[in-house]
Amino acid sequence: MIRFPRGGQRFFGPLLLLGALFAAHAQSPKDANFLSTLGELREATYSGKAGIVERLGQSGHPSVRAVLTALLEERLYYRNSDQKVFIAKSADSDPLNLIDPLSLKNSGSAPAANLTQIGTNNALRRVVRMAVARFGLSSPSASVRLDAAREMLKSLDDPTVALLRERLGVERNSSVRKEIATGLALAALDSPDTKTRLAAISTLKGGLSQDVRNRLALLLDKSSDGAFIEKDENVRRAAASAVAAIDRWRTFYSGFQTLFFGLSLGSVLVLIAIGLAITFGVMGVINMAHGELMMLGAYTTYAVQLAMPGHTGISILLAIPAAFIVSGLTGIAMERTIIRHLYGRPLETLLATFGVSLILQQSVRSIFTALNRSVITPDWMSGSLRLNDAIEITYNRLYVVIFTLLVFSLILAVLKRTRVGLDIRAVSQNRAMAKAMGIRTDWVDAMTFGLGSGIAGVAGVALSQLTNVGPNLGQSYIIDSFMVVVFGGVGNLWGSLIGGMSMGIVNELLEPYAGAVLAKIFVLVALILFIQARPRGLFPQAGRAAEDK
Amino acid sequence: MVRFGNSIAGRDRGGAWFLGILTLIAIAVPVLNILVPPSSTFHLSAYGIALIGKYLCYGMLALALDLIWGFCGILSLGHAAFFALGGYAMGMYLMREIGPRGVYGNPILPDFMVFLNWKSLPWFWHGFNHFLFAAAMVVAVPALLALVFGWFAFRSRVTGVYFSIITQALTYALMLAFFRNNMGFGGNNGFTDFKDILGFDLHSDGTHAVLLVITAVALGASYLACRAIVDSRAGRVIRAIRDAESRTRFLGYPVESFKLWLFVFSGIIAGIAGALYVPQIGIINPSEFAPINSIEAVIWVAVGGRGTLYGAIAGAVLVNYAKTYLTGAFPEVWLYALGALFVLVTRYLPRGIIGLLPSKDKVVPKAALLGESHEESARSRQAARS
Amino acid sequence: MKKAPVRDKRLDLRDLTVIFDGFKALNKLSLYVDPGELLCIIGPNGAGKTTMMDVITGKTRPDSGTAWFGSEIDLLRLTEPEIVNAGIGRKFQKPTVFEQLTVFENLELALAGGRSFYRTLRARITPAQQNRIDDVLEIIGLTKQRTLLARTLSHGQKQWLEIGMLLMQNPELLLVDEPVAGMTPHEIERTAELLLSLEGEHSIVVVEHDMHFVRSIARRVTVLHEGRVIAEGDMDKVQKDARVKEVYLGE
Repeated sequence: MIRFPRGGQRFFGPLLLLGALFAAHAQSPKDANFLSTLGELREATYSGKAGIVERLGQSGHPSVRAVLTALLEERLYYRNSDQKVFIAKSADSDPLNLIDPLSLKNSGSAPAANLTQIGTNNALRRVVRMAVARFGLSSPSASVRLDAAREMLKSLDDPTVALLRERLGVERNSSVRKEIATGLALAALDSPDTKTRLAAISTLKGGLSQDVRNRLALLLDKSSDGAFIEKDENVRRAAASAVAAIDRWRTFYSGFQTLFFGLSLGSVLVLIAIGLAITFGVMGVINMAHGELMMLGAYTTYAVQLAMPGHTGISILLAIPAAFIVSGLTGIAMERTIIRHLYGRPLETLLATFGVSLILQQSVRSIFTALNRSVITPDWMSGSLRLNDAIEITYNRLYVVIFTLLVFSLILAVLKRTRVGLDIRAVSQNRAMAKAMGIRTDWVDAMTFGLGSGIAGVAGVALSQLTNVGPNLGQSYIIDSFMVVVFGGVGNLWGSLIGGMSMGIVNELLEPYAGAVLAKIFVLVALILFIQARPRGLFPQAGRAAEDK
Repeated sequence: MVRFGNSIAGRDRGGAWFLGILTLIAIAVPVLNILVPPSSTFHLSAYGIALIGKYLCYGMLALALDLIWGFCGILSLGHAAFFALGGYAMGMYLMREIGPRGVYGNPILPDFMVFLNWKSLPWFWHGFNHFLFAAAMVVAVPALLALVFGWFAFRSRVTGVYFSIITQALTYALMLAFFRNNMGFGGNNGFTDFKDILGFDLHSDGTHAVLLVITAVALGASYLACRAIVDSRAGRVIRAIRDAESRTRFLGYPVESFKLWLFVFSGIIAGIAGALYVPQIGIINPSEFAPINSIEAVIWVAVGGRGTLYGAIAGAVLVNYAKTYLTGAFPEVWLYALGALFVLVTRYLPRGIIGLLPSKDKVVPKAALLGESHEESARSRQAARS
Repeated sequence: MKKAPVRDKRLDLRDLTVIFDGFKALNKLSLYVDPGELLCIIGPNGAGKTTMMDVITGKTRPDSGTAWFGSEIDLLRLTEPEIVNAGIGRKFQKPTVFEQLTVFENLELALAGGRSFYRTLRARITPAQQNRIDDVLEIIGLTKQRTLLARTLSHGQKQWLEIGMLLMQNPELLLVDEPVAGMTPHEIERTAELLLSLEGEHSIVVVEHDMHFVRSIARRVTVLHEGRVIAEGDMDKVQKDARVKEVYLGE
């Protein structure tokens, strides 16, 4: 992101022009040809532009893809002063950051007012998309070819089909082959030969894509005079069963996808709830500032990223221990100064920690202002994993689920395998006895609280990848996570895991039918009813803390 | 009911002081507003009346909370929900009172319904054009919610922090629900732009002065009712539940039913407070359901001193006065101050401000437990009973 | 429908079995108490004494067996408050009096009478009730402390107050769990006098560890071990029993 200071471009402007002249000197005939074809775009009508795009596509110039993509995304401009065509890095910024269409190198920036956008309409965009796809089909990268093939499936005409058939002969990659075969089968549905159509349907039957399904469903429609469009009954029957099969699979996979969304939402709740579970389980303390400790973690992520510009990936990884330490130390400070004096008075503790939450919120507002901050997601976490035509899983959600399970196992290991964990468990089961056995209970309390708070901080790191970071971040999740703790059984890690995941899934299952707000209300009501049956949650705690009021 | 006079003169000194001050306010406010000319420095503006009225309504909410928290150990973090429901019931009446004077001039439908293109009044809006019906709903709706919710919660023996969390979720859920436009309660904006109440102009000082006097009377009456409850045998059972719930159950008292009726009564007081609040402040919207409102109300009680009734009211007035002042003078300081108040009061002032006063009342400092002052008060209590 | 037992016992437990997570807290326990009798129950930790009390008072439901109060009342069919109202009072191991109420108020709450919210809201103390409270204060020796908050009482005084609260309800059967734990020798002596003075008017079951105390009050002693009765009889007989020696008195 190179940004010139405001006055800078006036100063650099002439220099850049000079550079462009030199570049023009070094052009090969191919370049010149490409550039002049490109230049025609400025004046042409939409239908004229379609022809130009075709010619650009056939030119085979290395910049074709970049230029056409830019046209598609309305990022192609020409400079009013010299009519020269440029690609803009993004269409929203002003001044626009320009890229030279030949060299694809940065070419400075210019105020948006000095440039004119090369417009498109729907019909033209379709042509451009096809041109890009056709170009992409011969790309050396398999994933580009796959995208191209998918794109071409959307509008199959004779030249496209010919191109696909040609490609099938040389294509090695199985996914691309499958995609192309789907395309050919779709085209074959129009064949006059019944056998060909039946064969096409049987090829398409295994597919999952909505487009294929809709195309097959068309075979079952009747035309306006009441007769079937598809005359052959066997073909219709085959098509009907193929549509049903695809629908079945799509329903199955969409259930799977909902499940995954639920799990990822649940993961966030679990991350928050395990911290709460630890502090309550051992100390009988409901920490109302838990959400704010999580918010601190999210802000820590933001701060670490600010401190290391350009290293987004590493900064996220570094933010995990940093957030753990920041929130953990804050938690320990809270425990030492306030909570320890209120031991055995859970209601008072609840109020005091709520006070702390207000102070933390306001501090963050004073330091970072009340505006939401967005934490940049590293490349390896953005985008999505496409398992098949029916499921697409975004990487950030996937990582959050994995991360939650990692943290969960780590906490279990700490509690079960380490000396600190043994002490913590001893204190939670019988404080007096633990004390008598020489365990420094106050030290354990501080460590426990620090651990629970640190996990809240880590949850904040995860959350910063899913949503914006603001002073109210903690509040918006804390009530849900309390619900998880109550549902799962206070002080029980497994309860938090299962409680959080199931609440996430229930929420996602209900949302399409009831809307987000009603789903939430429904969950709350269901929880209140659930408590009728299991007042102490799914996994009631057995320790002494459970007996206290 | 001779006992009221007896108890106030005999031992409820704080209560006597409180009722005295309340009477003074009820007399002084109209006088300072209506009889003192606006030019005088002693003139009380309409804004001033509304402010005092607001404090008194908050005092009533605090009273309701203290009754269940201070005496029965039930910490509700959702009590503002009852307050808001009472407020909404009153708001519905006030909206219907606007009649054809709304922006869209529809004689039946409130403006927001016209705006949403609704053709007819939803069923639950019928009847609210009658003041008495609305007044009945002010009591009935919070009572019903308290009854249903309390029945579920207490029946399954949800106590302590569990109860607190669930009540917080309750008010949160209600907030989400009331934010929805299609709930039929004006969504985000709630109700506002009221014109008059029972034909009296809501923009006149006189109406405000009368509303304030009514609020003072309601607060005083609620106080006496709460005092009567806590001083009865039922009150002793309630304190017994607070201190040793299972023991009380074992003595044969239906603990759940005590909690439930107390909770319902408390919810009703909160609802009435909300209903008095709305015409004086002139607006009610879903943010009244926000969990922070309920928690703030808890801190009023804690600051004033729980288990005293009048302490809670004093706390509500003091904290809200500080809030009015601070949010005006140093807006960014208010949350720090409120946060610090939570921490400091729970840590250093478990009995609240009332606990700082030299007292012959029930709240006896530990060191003085065996001292003369306590024996005396206990004896007078004994005398009052027999 | 089970038939009521023929014997006219105040309390009759037959074959009670309670299983917690596979552990038999009570194992076919059978035991009876005669009207007006003072029965002492001893047994090592985990013998099932507290579980037995829990079953009698309705806190725990047995997996099998019967529990009859007199020949009319099937305890297993009643709820906790119903059992109290039927005339069974229990004193817990740890003294639980209402610390923030006065001694007088503690006894007042234990008065027989309406227990509903509405009834208590309107309740006033009648002269007869006043006399009853005064009598009980006399019996438990706390007349002078009547206006003190219960939390200012000594440990022994709290125990007596709790017994006093049980007496207010005039129960036919008193269950007393370790009444003298933590008491001074003088207080133990007073407690023994108190319990003996109640014998005859009430049936009393005392669970106790203190052998000296048991010897000073007991007519009949029942020894529990691993959820069942292993010996029964007067103190001398029980102390000579080989199995009792082995599991409890032996060391």
